[in-house]
Amino acid sequence: MYTEKVMDHFQNPRNVGEIEDADGVGEVGNVKCGDIMRIYLKVEDNVIKDIKFRTFGCGAAIATSSVITEMAVDKTIDEALELTNKQVAEELGGLPPVKMHCSNLAADALKTAIEDYKKNNK
Amino acid sequence: MKRVYLDHAATTPLHPSILDVMLPFYKELFGNPSSVHSFGREVKKHVDKARKQVAESINADLDEEIIFTSGGTEADNLAILGVAAALKEKGNHIITSSVEHHASLDTCDALAKEGYRVTRLSVDEHGVIDLEELKSAISKDTILITLMHANNEVGTVQPIEKVSKIAKEHDIYLHTDAVQSFGQIPVDVNQLGVDLLTISGHKIYGPKGIGALYVRKGTKLKNLAHGGGQENKIRPGTENVAGIVGLGKAAEMASNSVDEMQEVEKKRDRLIEGLLKMDDVKLNGHPEKRLPTNVNVSIEYIEGEALILSLDMEGIAASSGSACTSGSLDPSHVLMHMGLSHQTAHGSLRLTLGKGTTDEDIDYVLDRVPKIVERLRNMSPLYGKQIKKGSGCPCTQKK
Repeated sequence: MYTEKVMDHFQNPRNVGEIEDADGVGEVGNVKCGDIMRIYLKVEDNVIKDIKFRTFGCGAAIATSSVITEMAVDKTIDEALELTNKQVAEELGGLPPVKMHCSNLAADALKTAIEDYKKNNK
Repeated sequence: MKRVYLDHAATTPLHPSILDVMLPFYKELFGNPSSVHSFGREVKKHVDKARKQVAESINADLDEEIIFTSGGTEADNLAILGVAAALKEKGNHIITSSVEHHASLDTCDALAKEGYRVTRLSVDEHGVIDLEELKSAISKDTILITLMHANNEVGTVQPIEKVSKIAKEHDIYLHTDAVQSFGQIPVDVNQLGVDLLTISGHKIYGPKGIGALYVRKGTKLKNLAHGGGQENKIRPGTENVAGIVGLGKAAEMASNSVDEMQEVEKKRDRLIEGLLKMDDVKLNGHPEKRLPTNVNVSIEYIEGEALILSLDMEGIAASSGSACTSGSLDPSHVLMHMGLSHQTAHGSLRLTLGKGTTDEDIDYVLDRVPKIVERLRNMSPLYGKQIKKGSGCPCTQKK
């Protein structure tokens, strides 16, 4: 059902936690399946220097949250905004079709966190 | 790594002595039981013996009241569709419950699309139907009540004997799906007072792909398939002889070993007690009227599939009513109809014990589950000192 990389990220999720003085926080949820992702950002010179997540959800939700933290770190805000859920799934070697719209909210959560950062830094 | 199988409600392991009685029918005893020659006659004897074993195991009056099918789903379909077709001149109303297995629910839905009227009874917080609601639902065009004996997810046992009295008063057929209860609690068609009853081989340490429908003599039932005259012309097709022989033996063993379930029940209670020691964990299903093998709990702030995957990594096989496990987007219809919130239903864990479950297995699970729960909760945005209980994304709150 899941690729080895999904299982690796599920079993050993990277960057779990919270950033106390985060520059941006984004939370998204899937109304149908109930998954929730919250992403915390620390931004310096327009570059994401630290990123952490907390997720309520299935294996795919945890794995996509984890992998996007690896994909986004050290990227500029504009580069990070270009990341898509499809790219997240590809990075993990694919996800079951039902998980694409059910549990792969990672890029949406990142975007929401970046929007929060932008709002805080107008 | 230790391996602990606690998903017996999904399927039980095949008992070695049942496999032993099946093997000759994959080897030397290959005759078609419908053939008149010695090869066929020899095999027919074993099919007849299995029919008798099944009949006796549920206290049926006659062997011919047993119709072999490909499993529980086909038996449920045959009961519901067969009665509906046979009695369509009498009426078109069927009563079922909202927590049935999909083998019954979806069959009733299919009939509804054909113009039949279907009433789905609600259940209380423990998963039990309301007999007054049942009485109110009955009308002069009601032809069938189909209710499961025990629920496959939460283990709640329905008051089938009481339903039977109501059904008889109104001259309505009663079918019960006893797939989960058979072998765990007494299943006696006369004591239950049912007209039709479903059992399945692989839930009682027998083979997969075989089941049976009990049809009380005189019950009107139309065949769904057409072909030979096998199974009283109700279910044609060359018999799955090895499966039938295996089911016969499994049924005999199941009915003779219901007493053993008291030991399983003690382990079940210890498991429930241990799990409830964790914070924010609630037992689902009836506290007393439940199967001796069933443990179903909701664990707040975590999601079921993540828990199942984590348990699997520790060698523990379990299941969940989480949407993510079922492949659909909605969590268990059973838990939702029992009044659980979307979020709580997502965090359900079903552990179903078997005859082979040991005290060491229970100790192992009780050691691992809290650690996994803590790990997942620490990852959850719904859990933690910063987050107030019940907060989080509004999409997960109970509507």
